[in-house]
Amino acid sequence: MAPRTPGADLPDHPDRLWRSADPKSSYDVVIVGGGGHGLATAYYLAVNHGITNIAVLERGWLAGGNMARNTTIIRSNYLWDESAGLYEHALKLWEGLEEELDYPLLFSQRGVLNLAHSLQEVRDGVRRVGANRLNGVDAEWLDTDQVAEACPILNTSPDLRYPVLGATWQPRAGIAKHDHVAWGFARALDQLGVDLVEGCEVTGFETAGDRVIGVETSRGPIRAGRVALAAAGHTSVLADTLGLRLPLQSHPLQALVSELLEPVHPTVVMSNAVHVYVSQAHKGELVLGAGIDAYNSYGQRGSFHTIERELAAAVELFPMFARAHVLRTWAGVVDVTPDASAVMGPTPFEGLYVNCGWGTGGFKATPGVGWCFAHTIANDEPHPLNAPFGLERFTTGALIDEHGAAGVAH
Amino acid sequence: MMLIPCPWCGPRNETEFHYGGQAGVAYPRDPQALSDAEWAQFLFFRDNPKGVFAERWMHRSGCRRWFDLRRDTATNEILGAGAHEEQERTVSV
Amino acid sequence: MSGPFRLADGGRIDRERPVSFRFDGRDLQGFAGDTLASALLAQGVHQVATGIRYGRPRGVLAAGPEEPNALVQIEKPFPEPMLTATTVELREGLEAVGLPGQGRLSPDPDPARYDAVHEHCDVLVVGAGPAGLSAALAAARSGARVVLADADTEFGGGLLGSGEMLDHAPALEWVERARAELARRSEVRLLPRTTVTGHYDANYLIAVEDRGPDAFTRQRTWHIRAHEVVLATGAHERPLVFADNDRPGTMLAGAARTYLHRYAVLPGRRAVVFTTDDGAYAAALDLCGAGVEIAAVVDARPEAPPFWAKRCAEQGIPVRTGHAVVGTTGEEHVTGARVAALDPDTGALGPEEHHACDLLLVSGGWNPAVHLYSQARGPLAYDEAAGAFLPSGSVPGVHPAGAAAGLRTTAQCLSSGAVAGVQAASRLGLEATAAPRPETDPHPVPKGRPLWRVPDPDAGDPGRTQFVDLARDATVADVEKAVGAGLSSVEHIKRFTTIGTGHDQGRTSGTVSSGIIAGLLGADLAEVGTTTFRAPYSPVSFAALAGRERGELYDPIRVTAMHDWHVEQGAPFENVGQWKRPWYYPRPGESMEAAVLRECRAVRTGVGMQDVSTLGKIDVQGPDAAEFLDLVYTNMMSTLKLGRIRYGLMCHADGMVFDDGTVMRTGEHRYLISTTSGGAAGVLEHLEDWLQTEWTHLRVHLTSVTEQWATIALAGPRSREVLERACTGIDLDNADFPFMSWRNGTIAGRRARVCRISFSGELAFEINVPWWHGRQVWDALYAAGEPFGITPYGTETMHVLRAEKGFPIVGQDTDGTVTPQDLGMGWAVSKKKADFIGARSFSRPDNTRTDRKQLVGLIPAAGEGVLPEGTQIVETRVLPRPPVPMLGHVTSSYRSAALGTPFALALVKGGRDRIGQTVYGHVGDRLVPVEITDPVFYDKEGARRDG
Repeated sequence: MAPRTPGADLPDHPDRLWRSADPKSSYDVVIVGGGGHGLATAYYLAVNHGITNIAVLERGWLAGGNMARNTTIIRSNYLWDESAGLYEHALKLWEGLEEELDYPLLFSQRGVLNLAHSLQEVRDGVRRVGANRLNGVDAEWLDTDQVAEACPILNTSPDLRYPVLGATWQPRAGIAKHDHVAWGFARALDQLGVDLVEGCEVTGFETAGDRVIGVETSRGPIRAGRVALAAAGHTSVLADTLGLRLPLQSHPLQALVSELLEPVHPTVVMSNAVHVYVSQAHKGELVLGAGIDAYNSYGQRGSFHTIERELAAAVELFPMFARAHVLRTWAGVVDVTPDASAVMGPTPFEGLYVNCGWGTGGFKATPGVGWCFAHTIANDEPHPLNAPFGLERFTTGALIDEHGAAGVAH
Repeated sequence: MMLIPCPWCGPRNETEFHYGGQAGVAYPRDPQALSDAEWAQFLFFRDNPKGVFAERWMHRSGCRRWFDLRRDTATNEILGAGAHEEQERTVSV
Repeated sequence: MSGPFRLADGGRIDRERPVSFRFDGRDLQGFAGDTLASALLAQGVHQVATGIRYGRPRGVLAAGPEEPNALVQIEKPFPEPMLTATTVELREGLEAVGLPGQGRLSPDPDPARYDAVHEHCDVLVVGAGPAGLSAALAAARSGARVVLADADTEFGGGLLGSGEMLDHAPALEWVERARAELARRSEVRLLPRTTVTGHYDANYLIAVEDRGPDAFTRQRTWHIRAHEVVLATGAHERPLVFADNDRPGTMLAGAARTYLHRYAVLPGRRAVVFTTDDGAYAAALDLCGAGVEIAAVVDARPEAPPFWAKRCAEQGIPVRTGHAVVGTTGEEHVTGARVAALDPDTGALGPEEHHACDLLLVSGGWNPAVHLYSQARGPLAYDEAAGAFLPSGSVPGVHPAGAAAGLRTTAQCLSSGAVAGVQAASRLGLEATAAPRPETDPHPVPKGRPLWRVPDPDAGDPGRTQFVDLARDATVADVEKAVGAGLSSVEHIKRFTTIGTGHDQGRTSGTVSSGIIAGLLGADLAEVGTTTFRAPYSPVSFAALAGRERGELYDPIRVTAMHDWHVEQGAPFENVGQWKRPWYYPRPGESMEAAVLRECRAVRTGVGMQDVSTLGKIDVQGPDAAEFLDLVYTNMMSTLKLGRIRYGLMCHADGMVFDDGTVMRTGEHRYLISTTSGGAAGVLEHLEDWLQTEWTHLRVHLTSVTEQWATIALAGPRSREVLERACTGIDLDNADFPFMSWRNGTIAGRRARVCRISFSGELAFEINVPWWHGRQVWDALYAAGEPFGITPYGTETMHVLRAEKGFPIVGQDTDGTVTPQDLGMGWAVSKKKADFIGARSFSRPDNTRTDRKQLVGLIPAAGEGVLPEGTQIVETRVLPRPPVPMLGHVTSSYRSAALGTPFALALVKGGRDRIGQTVYGHVGDRLVPVEITDPVFYDKEGARRDG
């Protein structure tokens, strides 16, 4: 009998990914931040708008920030029309992205359950499912028995401290392999002639009046027709150099993985009240995310009690995880807005565009962000899908309050 | 797990505290006199520095008193704490 | 006898206690003190597992937690996935199987308990080898409170497996004296079997103690806050990378020495030793002394260390310098080593020789275990001489010592540990001196020269069997492919190849892969660096970290003084925050729907009673209390007269409703305010925040008294009659005791504060008594009500009754985006006050839109049932294609005994202007016609509140 080789069928990477470029003195567009959003934006600038004289500047290694640290959940079952529009556009792009990029992204539409543990969470869930369906987003409300069927290892007993009273279910939701997504975009950009500049930290901006005309970097000044910020948790630090205040607070967000395990968990489960979200990745490791740490931090590390609490929740909901082991924990820096929705659009500075405030939701939005942000930069005005996500909403009060949908409370 | 020096109770585990964000943001004297944009600044815009940050904490499981702390947000190093009243306050708008 | 490879004597095993176990279906025996790995090796079992990608046989490489190969699944006593055979203690009845890289979880519930302990100490010493013991002794003798933790079952660290002498006696005698002295000191806590897994801010460390299957708790998580931390965590030996370097029988030189000295096991009969480091010579000599034939010591360096070369010559061990093992033969077990001369400059290989062997020892140098130091933000730097990444710089309060600091000999480790212990004590202001160091074997300091990769002699497909990370089956060819693809960051290459992501988190592969990458890139290893060290140091079970916070203890359960009564009545409970609230009181065989209709009818026509003790209560006192309340409520409170009660609404500064309740003036400068049950803690924090940080000039004190008062609502047209029977000291008629006022009286001999407030619209009283009298007063009121058919009711009936009156519930009919005006409660927003929290926000552009969602009533068309709560409302009778514009949603929805029809509350765009219109509820795939109505359905004129 041939020995079992559970790692044998993982896809190989292509022979060429990208070459890290040296920066030129000037570009049509400079994108600050070589994470998923920056890469996707560059990609759609090139493909949808024909702009290829672009540099993506990354201070560390490409896609080494939150893109490398998230728990890879993809879904579009958000409550408000504005969010559903943007995330659903992203999900539709996800559904064609492996082909588009010709890269094995391990995109697996295994569905997501958002559990309800109180009568109010049931009301909220039914409300969101209704809104999703009317917005053309696939969604169902499952009662407790149906939840048990969708995820048999979940503890759906009424004896639970906060029993599972039902769940929303989005079948088209799922997971993908984050590195592969970043590398898929990077490889495509390499082929399109876009400069991916690693180890290049932006330290300030060059301005002419109210116009941003370039960036100062650790590798010298770079002139730019337009500058786009896609720096996630570090956006405030960059905007500060211009005196531009953004409604952002940067927090640690932690995650962890177990050892590799035989498949037991068929879907993605998220619980807001009993604070945990978990899926089982392709190699077999359980991937868990926790709540945000309450304090501001750029340290890429969180507090241990957050991890402890998360594991208590995991074992409470999934008793069979008791003897799984935590193999590795880590943290990213997420930039959170007052309404838990992103900011994407023009700024008071001509030629400067900002995409930030994705909090815990950035990965799933990656292609949608790229599509819309590229449109915003190319046309100097927002795409209809990101028009509601401008900075002016904080003045008018037209917030997009997604605290209930983010999967973690902020 | 930070060790936070409560000015009244002494150093305690972070889990005993509630975080309150930036310190020294005063409530505007006459909110009605502010423009919508100025009011939005008070409501939603806070400093978010990488480095030393003056911030508010409340000793929730202890004396339940608010105080200000200076902490480096890059390293979590705590540089000092003081009773809220003693801190210099600035009006943000 | 426990196996053909076990020596007749020696070792730390207990030959008096044989242990039976089962591995891969075979019944075997070992001894107490064995690990699974040592017991298997004693039996001659080398193949333990298979590789994850290629399925190649894999053996035991190491003797500790750095093991990348020998991964096993425990089957009995209880299934546990993926442990290293080198750390599994052999116990009677143990059953295990080798793994191909994926573990298996048991579907059965884990019967074990887990707990957590908090510990504070002056000095935490991590690791009880020579450095750690010396540090602990020095610190303890200074009077410091010391915790000494070590992952192993017994103290000694490297001395357990080295056979060394200290003070001319076996080193373990010194270890035992040190342990005994520490154990005698009352300020010292010894934690064997305890792995320190994480080093967090301000010297907060997490350790997990393995307490064994017989302890009350199987594992215990230690939360240790230490003033000073000595990291004496030792070092891990590195393997070497050459073709077919994964064959079972390939073992780290130091591990072989450990199997010999600690377990009295010979891992083979004829060995080839391949090294680039002096340290392996001791292993060769020790094994030789124990009867293993050493076919050759193959040293890739041009010259052998003279001290060791001489001893090898004495023992007749051939030493081949300038040579390398370039490959191996054998399938399930190594049968020989392919040896060739290696030109250190060109990498050219000479002709091959074949050395038959059943054991291939390898040593590529040592990696200090810098994991915790790095987690504590300690910087690391590549040290050319040591060929390893070492702690550099300094972290206040953290002291690396011994092998973890890059030291090599026992003498160095003892000294450095003592220095670290003294330093730690002096930082605490204690006087400490290092004890005299015991005399060690006169060995020179070992040196090494890294060789990251041996050239592959098989030209066809080079690097494909040169394993860099055995746990991930990642090879030199994989690294070459990653570099060829354009990657240059060690983080990218790790992700591309998955090196370092296996069970061992790259303990044996990390530095080696960095070295190979540096070679391929032509870069400095110092620049290439390593990947980040992340907690935990070794895998920790979920359950250990979950501790006791499971089931009932997952979150505190709060119950009221009358809880037992509700339980006796068979009421199901609703979780409201942490509270358990009775949901409804079914009679035998009665459905929820029937019970709620019955309870509602009783309140509307007779009398009902509800336990409302969970409502939050805050005592507000002080000369400026009235001014304060004016600032925090939207309505005016300062005009409230003593003895009177007013409903109040609170907003956040953004103008959105966040809580509501009543304000009762109980004294000249004293008020009792109530909050929602779930919102109490948040309201108190909100009030404290504004009081302490903004309006510091106000003389006000806030005290939570939620659990000081038990509160009973008595509601219904006959409630006055019930109260008359039970209560003395209050004239209950409307004139003397008007709506929205309170009086003190006596019920069941207990002083009670009785309020005339109503959440149902009926004549109602709310009775507050000290918590510990709650049950007695409840019983008295129930008895007084029995002649009137008094009916206890739960939260569901309360919800129906208040909805019939159009009273919103904050958090159900609001969602953080709703203003008082949206609720139609503009009447509760003062026009007279200069300012209050939220006032400025009401004039923001979005808050003055006329099409904001407003609270309205809904009546489904005749014949339709109850609309599900959460139902979306649309305008048109036929659904257009998505996205369909939505008008709002149903926030509350019930059957009504009083109205004779289902009804609902909803937030609907421009709802108040739509009253009378028909819109549609989207239920499943149907559109249900509903009429928009005023939100007040019942007793619009409010006539019933006075009875």
